[in-house]
Amino acid sequence: MLNKIYDWVDERLDITPIWRDIADHEVPEHVNPAHHFSAFVYCFGGLTFFITVIQILSGMFLTMYYVPDVENAWKSVYYLQNEVAFGEIVRGMHHWGASLVIVMMFLHTLRVFFTGSYKKPRELNWLVGVGIFAIMLGLGFTGYLLPWDMKALFATKVGIEIAASMPFIGGMIKTLLAGDATILGAQTLTRFFAIHVFFLPAALFALLAAHFIMIRRQGISGPL
Amino acid sequence: MSNNRVTRRQFLTYTITGVGGFMAAGMLMPMVRFAIDPVLQTKAEGNLVLTSQKIADITDVPVKVDFTFEQTDGWYKSDVTEAAWVYHDGNEIVALSPVCKHLGCTVNWEGDPAHANQFFCACHAGRYEKNGKNVKGTPPLGPLDQYEVAEKDGYLMLGKKIANTFS
Ligand code: HEM
Ligand code: FES
Repeated sequence: MLNKIYDWVDERLDITPIWRDIADHEVPEHVNPAHHFSAFVYCFGGLTFFITVIQILSGMFLTMYYVPDVENAWKSVYYLQNEVAFGEIVRGMHHWGASLVIVMMFLHTLRVFFTGSYKKPRELNWLVGVGIFAIMLGLGFTGYLLPWDMKALFATKVGIEIAASMPFIGGMIKTLLAGDATILGAQTLTRFFAIHVFFLPAALFALLAAHFIMIRRQGISGPL
Repeated sequence: MSNNRVTRRQFLTYTITGVGGFMAAGMLMPMVRFAIDPVLQTKAEGNLVLTSQKIADITDVPVKVDFTFEQTDGWYKSDVTEAAWVYHDGNEIVALSPVCKHLGCTVNWEGDPAHANQFFCACHAGRYEKNGKNVKGTPPLGPLDQYEVAEKDGYLMLGKKIANTFS
């Protein structure tokens, strides 16, 4: 049945080359854990992506209940965690995933570093990777404020003060992040929410696309 | 078993699809259940609400009685004011919901001067008789809902919304 549908579409649109281009590629022996178990370090990039997908999905579902408003943010998180079926699990996925994605990304970066994969011709992809790293940290920072509890509030205060300690432009950065020169409040929360769910994910998608296109172009780096 | 041997490639395809499907289901099931929760939640409702309408003041002409109750909307609790059209029908007190059964606008008693003794909905000119029965040929497809009524210390109490009992 599925085969028939596929053939019907393929006959008209010739879709086979499209997915072959994406799915069919050489997996050299030195990156295949079935040959050398230590090659599992080459999985960290894929695992980072896997958790990113979980973050995006669980995040989309959380926004069905979450409100970025100082009166209601905490209450909506409390409600979605305790009153909605599987709320604890969906929030848990996003909560723990946020830390795990950074661990995975770090391990992936270490693998790239110690296999020397950043060297010519892959310098540009290292730079893109640094961009992804920064965006992930940004997602973690902006997401942390959203539950609007004491921990969130004071962590963000400290984070913003760190940014404010920058010479010359620190004050401006602080106001830009918090939405107000002195208050960390309503405007901070809406800003962080917008940055967390729209701006950074959009930038992340662009950089991930660049990352993956370059990998397909250049292939995986050779054995040590 | 037939002697169609499963090839290495088929075996891998099946295992990978199976494991992948299992993982995808494990991920998606909680999220989908989370999203459809409002459809499956059961809500207890229908506590009697005291109004400021004296029973003795109710006549056989429908009057609009406002009543306020605490509504819990997810994480948001607020006082919501709704209204009922209340009149005496013999010994009985009738309280009709003002929500039009066409598309939910609000009906008014004698809202259209051309139709005395009827409820009128301004949205699409829907009309109802005094007991809430919809006038054939106007948009509404059913009669106005009714509220359960009770009395406390001479004042009117309104309860659950029920289907119209006159038709
Ligand atoms: C991809 C990397 C992402 C990371 C690292 C991340 C990180 C975080 C963190 C640390 C929190 C605080 C959670 C908590 O302490 O419980 C959070 C909350 C939240 N995030 Fe994300 N996030 C990511 C992507 C997204 C996306 C794509 C969306 C939506 C489209 C999203 C929507 C939300 C929402 C609504 C909350 C508040 C709910 C809550 O606190 O449980 N996130 N995020
Ligand atoms: S909503 Fe009342 S007539 Fe259409």
